[in-house]
Amino acid sequence: MMVYALKRAVLGLAIMLTISMAVFALTNIASDPAIAIAGEGATATDVEAVRQRYGFDRPVVERYAEWLGHAVRGDFGMSYRQQRPVARVVLERFPVTFTLACLALGFSLALALPLAMFAALWPNSMIDRFAVLTALVAQAVPTFWLSLLGILVFSVELGWLPVSGSTSFVHYILPAACLGFFAMPAILRLTRAGLLEVLEADYIRTARAKGLRTPTILVKHALRNAIIPVVSIASVQFGYLLSGSVIVETIFAMQGIGYLAWESVSSADLPVVQALVLVTAFFYVLLTLFADILNAWLDPRIRIA
Amino acid sequence: MTAPLLKVDDLHVRIGARDRQVHAVRGISFEIARGETLSIVGESGCGKSMTSLAVMGLLPRTARRESHGISIDGARIDGLSDRAMSDLRGLKLAMIFQEPMTALNPVYTIGNQLEEAYRRHNPAAARGDARARAVYLLEKVGITAASERLNQYPHQLSGGLRQRVMIAMALMCGPDLIIADEPTTALDVTIQAQILRLLRDLQTEFNLSILLITHDLGIVARTADKVAVMYAGEFVETGTAREVFNAPAHPYTRGLLAAIPVPGKTERGGKLAAIPGTVPSLTDHLEGCSFFGRCSRAVPDCALGHVALTEPSAGRAWRCRRPYLEEAAHQGGALS
Repeated sequence: MMVYALKRAVLGLAIMLTISMAVFALTNIASDPAIAIAGEGATATDVEAVRQRYGFDRPVVERYAEWLGHAVRGDFGMSYRQQRPVARVVLERFPVTFTLACLALGFSLALALPLAMFAALWPNSMIDRFAVLTALVAQAVPTFWLSLLGILVFSVELGWLPVSGSTSFVHYILPAACLGFFAMPAILRLTRAGLLEVLEADYIRTARAKGLRTPTILVKHALRNAIIPVVSIASVQFGYLLSGSVIVETIFAMQGIGYLAWESVSSADLPVVQALVLVTAFFYVLLTLFADILNAWLDPRIRIA
Repeated sequence: MTAPLLKVDDLHVRIGARDRQVHAVRGISFEIARGETLSIVGESGCGKSMTSLAVMGLLPRTARRESHGISIDGARIDGLSDRAMSDLRGLKLAMIFQEPMTALNPVYTIGNQLEEAYRRHNPAAARGDARARAVYLLEKVGITAASERLNQYPHQLSGGLRQRVMIAMALMCGPDLIIADEPTTALDVTIQAQILRLLRDLQTEFNLSILLITHDLGIVARTADKVAVMYAGEFVETGTAREVFNAPAHPYTRGLLAAIPVPGKTERGGKLAAIPGTVPSLTDHLEGCSFFGRCSRAVPDCALGHVALTEPSAGRAWRCRRPYLEEAAHQGGALS
C-alpha cells in the first residue's frame, strides 16, 4: 500500500515536471513574450529594450531552469500588469475557486449518488427514468444559460439569493449549484451503470446465499465495488470544476482564478498565466493521486499494480 | 424412514414476460433425506440451475416460482417473504456456486467474508467465535495456514482454494442442506476429484444433505445416492444411482451414458457418441415427449399428449412410453 502510494507520487512529480515544461514552452517559445509585453505599436527598439529588461535574450533552457527553481520555492515572479508578486495575486483568488469547486462537487455527489442508487435498485422504474432524464437534461443545458436562469428565478423573482459577488456563503449557493449540476451526469451515469453491473455479479448472489439482508448487501458488497470508477471520475470532474469555473465566475462576478486567468490572458500577463496553469495542474495531479490512493484502499487488487 | 429434510412438490419456474415466457422448470418433485445426496443431471439449459436457485429463493428478478410446497424439516418455506427466507439462507440451507473465481467479493478478505456469514446468524457471538469457526472450517476443508489465509484477498488464492473457501463459507452456520451447483465444473480435473472427496467426507462428518447439480455423469457416479435426470424442465428418469446407472430406462439417460468416452473401449480417433439434435425451446407449449425429435426409439404416438411418469416403485420412475426394460439388465452389466 505504501509502496503503491509512493510510486504514484513519483509519477505525479514526473507529470508536474512535464506540465511545467509545456507551460514554459507555450508562453516563451510558441510566442515572443517581448512583443506581447511591449504591446501594439511598439518599435523594434522598444521590443529589444523589453527583451533586455526581462532577460528574454538568454537561452531558453537557462531561463526555464531559473523559472522552475523559483517556482518550486513559490516564487512565480512579478505580475507585469499588477506589479505585485504573482504568488500573492494567485493566492488571493484561489480560495474562492476552491470553495466553489468543493461545493459544486459536493452538490453533484449529493444529487447523483442517491439518485443512481435508487435507479440501479429499481431499473426501468419511475425513479430510474427520472434519474436518466435528469442526467440528460443536466448534460445538455449550458452552464451560462442555467446560471442566468438561476439568477432570474432565485435572485430577481424570489429574492432568496444574491445576484453576484463572493463575500459570504450564500453567495456561493447558486454558482455552486449551477456548476455542480453540470458535473452531475457523469457521476450519476457511472454510479448507476456500475451498480447495475455489480448487482448482477456472482459475489452478490453469494452474499444473498449467506442470508445477508438487502441493505448490508447494497452498502457493503455492492457500493464499495461500484464506487471505484466513481472516485476516479469525481477527481477528474473536480479538476474540470477548478479550471472550468471561468464562465460561472464571470457571470456571478466572483473573484476566483477563473476570472483571473481570463484577465491575465487578455493582457499577456505571462507570469500569472504560467503560475495559474501550474497551480491548477498541481491540484489536478494531487487530486488524481488522492483518488488513486483512495481506490487502492477500496480495492486490494489495485495495490499490486 | 424419517421425514425427508427437503421436500419439493410440483415446482415450476417461469422466466420473462407473459408474451415471451420461458417455462424453464415444468413441475418437478423430489425429496432428500438427511445425510443423502441427490444429484440432478442434465445438459445446459435443462433447468437444473433454476431448480437450485428456486429452492434457495434466489431466482433472478424476472423469474417466478410456483409449487405445491417446498419444505425443510417439514416446515414450508415456499410462502416465506424474502426477509424471512434470508433468515434461513446460510443457517438451514447453503449454496456453493460454479464459479469460485467470481463468487467471492474481491474487495474483502476471506476472513471478513467467512465471519460475516457466521455473525449474520449468530449476532450475539463474540468476534473471536466467528474467527475461530472460520479457522476451524478452513482447516476442515484442507487449507493449510488457515489463520494467515483469513487476511488474504480472493485474488491471492487459486481456483481450487477459493472453492474450498466457498465450501467453508457454506458450512459456517452448520446448515442441514448444501446445494452445490456445478461445484467442480470450473476446476482442473485433479482438483475436481479432491473437492468431490472433500464434499463426501464433510457430508459424513456433519450428516449433510446435498443437492448436487451437474452435467457430469462421472461426478454423479462417484457421489450421488439418488439421481434425477432432467430434460427440458422435467425429470425424465429418477432412481438410486445404482438403478439409473445399471438399468437406464429412458433413451435420454442411455444416450448420456453412452456419450461418456471410456479409456480402452472408445475407439481412438473415432467419432464420440453423441445425442443428435438439440434441447427443444422452452418458450412453447410442448406437445408429446420432449425428447421426441432426438429419440431413436420414437414412434409416431410419442408426439401426442403428455408423457406421464411411470413409477414402478417409490423413487424409481421414468417418463417414457417405450423404455428400455427387458434389455436393461444385460446392458447395465456392460456399462458398470
